[in-house]
Parts: sequence; C-alpha cells; structure tokens
Amino acid sequence: MGLTRNSTGRAPADPTISVRRVGEKGKIVAFAGNPNVGKSTLFNGLTGMKQHTGNWPGKTVEIARGYCSTEDCVMTLVDLPGTYSLLAHSREEEVARDFLCSGLADLVVVVCDATCLERNLNLAIQVAEITPNVLLCVNLMDEAARKGIRVCPEVLSRRLGVPVVTTDARKKEDLSALKQAMAGYSGGQVLRVPYAQPLEQAISLVMQMLPSDLPNARWKSRRLLEGEEKTEDPGLQAAVEEGRSLLQSVPEKKRKDLAAEAMVHLAESVCREAVTRTKSGYRDGDRRLDRFFTGRRTGYAAMLLMLGVVFWITIVGANGISDRLSAGFAWLERILRRICVQSGMAPEIRGLLMDGIYRVLTWVVSVMLPPMAIFFPLFTLLEDAGVLPRIAYNLDRPFQCCHACGKQALTMCMGFGCNAAGVSGCRIIDSPRERLLAILTNSFVPCNGRFPALLLLITLFFTGSVTGFPASVLSALLLMTVILLGVGATFLATRLLTVTFLRGVPSSFTLELPPYRKPRIGNVIVRSVVDRTLFVLGRAVVSAAPAGMIIYLLGNYPRQGESLLLQFGRILQPAGAFFGLDGVILLAFLVGLPANEIVIPIVLMAYTQAGSPVSMGDTAQVGQILLQNGWNLERAVCTTLFFLMHWPCATTLLTIRKETGSLKWTGIAALLPTAFGLMSCLLARGILGLIRWLL
Amino acid sequence: MKTLSDLQPGETAVVQKILTEGGMRRRLLDLGLLENTEVTCLGRSPGGDPSAYLIRGAVIAIRAKDGAGILV
Repeated sequence: MGLTRNSTGRAPADPTISVRRVGEKGKIVAFAGNPNVGKSTLFNGLTGMKQHTGNWPGKTVEIARGYCSTEDCVMTLVDLPGTYSLLAHSREEEVARDFLCSGLADLVVVVCDATCLERNLNLAIQVAEITPNVLLCVNLMDEAARKGIRVCPEVLSRRLGVPVVTTDARKKEDLSALKQAMAGYSGGQVLRVPYAQPLEQAISLVMQMLPSDLPNARWKSRRLLEGEEKTEDPGLQAAVEEGRSLLQSVPEKKRKDLAAEAMVHLAESVCREAVTRTKSGYRDGDRRLDRFFTGRRTGYAAMLLMLGVVFWITIVGANGISDRLSAGFAWLERILRRICVQSGMAPEIRGLLMDGIYRVLTWVVSVMLPPMAIFFPLFTLLEDAGVLPRIAYNLDRPFQCCHACGKQALTMCMGFGCNAAGVSGCRIIDSPRERLLAILTNSFVPCNGRFPALLLLITLFFTGSVTGFPASVLSALLLMTVILLGVGATFLATRLLTVTFLRGVPSSFTLELPPYRKPRIGNVIVRSVVDRTLFVLGRAVVSAAPAGMIIYLLGNYPRQGESLLLQFGRILQPAGAFFGLDGVILLAFLVGLPANEIVIPIVLMAYTQAGSPVSMGDTAQVGQILLQNGWNLERAVCTTLFFLMHWPCATTLLTIRKETGSLKWTGIAALLPTAFGLMSCLLARGILGLIRWLL
Repeated sequence: MKTLSDLQPGETAVVQKILTEGGMRRRLLDLGLLENTEVTCLGRSPGGDPSAYLIRGAVIAIRAKDGAGILV
C-alpha cells in the first residue's frame, strides 16, 4: 500500500513478476513481516530504491523485487506482503505462504518491530516452522530504546535457533550489517513449536509416515491434520485419520485454535526472557497525542484543523511559485516565438507548436506543479507520522452507519493524491463488498489533478477582492468546504449503494493504530518529489501535449467558417446550459478524460482560439477571459461542483476495471459520480435562483 | 458476564472466553488475543465506536459489535 510511483501508474500494464537467482552464487532472499514494521524501508535501503513491483501470478497482491550485491554474490530480494500471520486465508497471507512453501527462497528475513516484539514474533515463529532458513531482523531498536524497551538478541537467537540482527531505521551501518548477515547465512533448522498434548501426539503419529529427511515434517503433519493439505497416500491418510481421532477429546471449536495458541504462548515465553521494559508499553506521549487526535471533543476538530492547515500551506506556498513559473514560461515563449518567426516556420506549424502544445503544457506545469510539490510532502509527513490510521479510526463510526468499513477513510486519503492509487489501495479492505464500495466512491475525493483547478476557480470567483493573509485563509476554508462536500457525497453514495446494489451487514474489523513516529524528513522529500510529484506531473504532461495539439486543430479547422471546436461546443451547449455549465466546459471535461489537469486549459483555449493570444498563466487575465465568455457566480459554482464530481480519469477507470475485473462495476464507478455532479449542479442552480428571486 | 465492549477507557481485564467464530476468531488469535490475555481499553473514537485496546504491546481498534463476542 502507499501512494508511490508504482501505484499511480504503470501497474495495470504490469501483471506478474518473476523471481530468479543471479549467477551461480546468487541467493533469493524473501522479506516477511507484520505491516508497519519498516520492512519496506529496509528493503528500499538494501536495493537502493531500484525495485520492480508486480502482481504475484494469479493473485492481485503486489510483491516487490530488487537486487542487492556484496563482494561475492548478488542477492535477489523479494518483499512479501505485510501480514500478521500465515494461518488465515486473506490473499496477502496466501501469497506469502505460497512463496515460503515454494522453497524458492534461500533465506527468509523476518522483520520485527522491537517496540511490539511479542506480536511480531508470532509471525517469525510461523515462518521458522515452515522453513529452516530464517534470519530474524529486529528493527526500530532506537524507537524501542526511547520507550524503555530493551531487547536481548542473544536470548532471541538461542530460544528460536536463528541468527538475529538488530537494526535502527536511521543507521546506515545497521543496513550493511544486515547485508553481511544475509550474504553469510549458511543454513539452519526448522523451529520446533511445542504443542498441547493431543496435538503433539497426533503430529508424531502422522510424522512417522512422512519421509524422515523432510525438514518441516511437523508443520506438514499439522497442515494435514487441519485439512489444509490433502494426501493421496493411503498409509499417510490412515495416520491422519487416526491423529484426528486423538483430537476428538478437544471441543471442535477450540481444535483449530491449538496451533495458533501454541505459537502465541511460545512468543510470550521467549519475550518474557528476551525483552525488558523500564516503562509501560503505551507511551505517555502517544497517549497525549491520541487524546487529542482521537478524543471525543477534539478528534473531528483536529482532523479538520489538519486538513485546513495542509491546504493553507499549499495555497500560500503554491501562489508564489506559480506566478514565478508562469512569468518564466512567458519569457521563454517570447524567445521561442521569435526563433519560430526567424526560422521561417509555416504559421500553421508555429500555431500548433506554440498556441497548442506549448501553452497547454506550460499551463499544466505552472498551475499543477506547485500545489502538488507542496501537498505531496505534507501528506507524506502525516502518513509517516502515523496519523492516517487515526483518521480511519475516527471515521469508522460514520462508515459503519453506511454499512461500510473504516479503512475506506485510508483509501480516500490516498485518493487525495491520486484516485488510481486510492482504488488499488482498496485492497487493504478484506470484505469484497466493502472493498467494492470503497472503489466505486473513491473519485468523490478530488485528486491532485483536480484540486489546483478547484483552487483556481475559488480564487477567481469566491475570494475576489480579499487579498493577503485573509484571502489565503478564506481560500483554504472554501477549498475545505468543497472537499467536505466530496466527503459528504462519499457517505451518501456509499449509503445509497448499500441499500441498492451492495446490500449487506458490516463485516468484522480490526485496525492497528501504530505508534506515532517522527517522520524522516529527507526520506519524505525524496519519496514525495521523485515518487509522486514528478511522476504524476509526468503523466499530466504526457496527456497535455497531444491534448493541446488536438484542441488547437479542432479550434482552427476548417479554415473557413465555424471551427470544429465551436461546432462541438454548440452541440453540447443545451445540455451544458441546463446544468449551469456551457458546451465548451462539457467538451473540455470529455476531452480531459485522460487527465483532469487539462480541463481548464482546454476551456481557455476554446474561448481564446479566435481572438488574440493571451497569457494563460496570469490569473487576472484568466478571470477576464472567463467573464467575457459569460461566466458568472452560478457557472463558477456549477463548474466547481462538476469538477468535484464527474467521471474518473482514464487511468482510474482502467485501475477500477483491473481491480474489479468487471465492466459493469467500472461503468457504475463512472456513472455514479457523474450523476451526483449533475444533480448537485441542478440543485445549486435552484438554490441560487431562489436566492436571486428572494433578493 | 462482562464483554470486551463493556470495558471503560482505562480499565484492564483478562480475557475469559472468545465466543467469536470464523475469520474474526482467527484474526484475534493472530493479534495474540487468547484466553488469559490481559487487555486494556485505551479509549473510544469520537463517534463512540470502535474502541482502542492495548493487546500485547500493540494498539488495536475493535468495533463494539465484535468486542461483544469476547468475554472478560
């Protein structure tokens, strides 16, 4: 999960991933661990961020692959999905279990969180029971030390019979120590988990029938007894039956718990010996922060405040950069135009390049880049600090009322960055019905491609004469209102779906609230600039260039009479006008399907194509153009509403198609927000009309 | 009999019996919530549900409906 380069783009075209050894001495090393233990950070550190993610064959669960080399070998690293256990049946757990059982890995590094070792060891014990080649990596030692938790690696190593490496998220040396331990690993034995008596007897019965050189015979026997694996061998089957009859003494409901309980008890006993605490487990700092972020009176206010501050910083920061960028582009444009004229370029080509492609491209860069470059790092900071799960925790109640899952709030947060990422993020929701709800309603949250445009409309039409600090605060408040409208629409749409297509009772729900962490600023900047800003911008630019060209051609041909653009606009005019928009705006939304970033530049080009070229980077001039073309408060409100709620962009639709595997649901995902958008446009027209009539 | 959902914020109790079945029972076991496990209720979300519990050093949110299947 996460809003990364891989989740915001190419993933749909990249279905499976292969894992191979490199060279004769090559090793395959798998990384397993609970969610939120810094596994991916370690993985990134070892592979130098150069990794490839793809789906595990046959399952839509992503695993990442990368390489890491020492002096004498190259290791193929595989990042398995974060899971709490291998016993249950979620898709992530099946993938992790399949990979471990396939015997492909020469070594499995189980990454554990030192601050919560007991829970983490549960998984380590399960892995060590399956495979003899395990290395335990106890991560976040620095954080544990701050919380007064001391872990003794020697004791862990002795009790579990595996080598133990301790690491610290911030220390480079620890990373190379881990690398050396991985490269130098030379095999071990499977862990013997002591089970309660009837199960122990049953296992030894079945084990007699298994080959004596099978390393994980105990695990295999248990799986056979539990019916998780089947056998064709009649002798073995008889032993399994006999073993099961021994287990009859245990009540049926508790029979399945025997193995899980044994592992938890082993983890408990190991930790009692290996971990010493000088303070209580739940730190006072966390307690205070939780009282604020999730308190009865402060919880919702804190969330709104955070949202508001993030928007305000984005608005204030982006304004200056935007102005400077568009001034720069205008200067460059004058030079480029002169070069075009001097080189004797045909006027048609010059128009296509400069008025078409250059204009739209630079508009997208100067208006879209600054808010993204500020919003993404801020968002990543919140993500890193552990605030997002608290938002899901706070919002679970309203979602529960809509018969949905609180984790939908997490996917909405990801939707702020990119709806396509939000849609793939819905995998964190276990129940298929609730996952579908989250997928279908994700585009009600305006992504980064939309909110700079919303911001522009707000600045032009709603904050008007106000300037300076009050203006930025007012803009932030208005933007927040729009976003909250989207959130409200999400709840309404979710509720609507649960009484129509997707009826059902809420499934059970557990959500871990990880400890608050001080974000790693450097890491945040790199990740958000490289992984998100540049990538999302890149995609916008890729669709902006051809869109600029197409619009220019539509706007200038045929040479005689009315241009195609105006003709299309005229055809759409009645429909547009009915919903408080106009034909050109509707057309721009249709042409803007590949990326919402290009909607406003298309509108502007369509309005200005006949007249003299204007600088689109200048906000005041943009306002003038819109006013000259019949924009008023009503049209601005309706366009804002339609911007918030209309069909998702092409990338998001493709992702929905991939995630749901159904054209029907993809269609509903497109129609639902569109219907909401059009209805709210009509509603807004009605309300504004009423106000005018009253005044 | 008291259930996990009856625990008030700040109260600590020991799990007596888990009545929940199926996938949720498995998930609770994976989180280390077994019989005889000590659980502390840390607080409730602003809406009053779910609540946060300290279970073996980790903070886990559980809905009242699910907590009702855990006797303490």
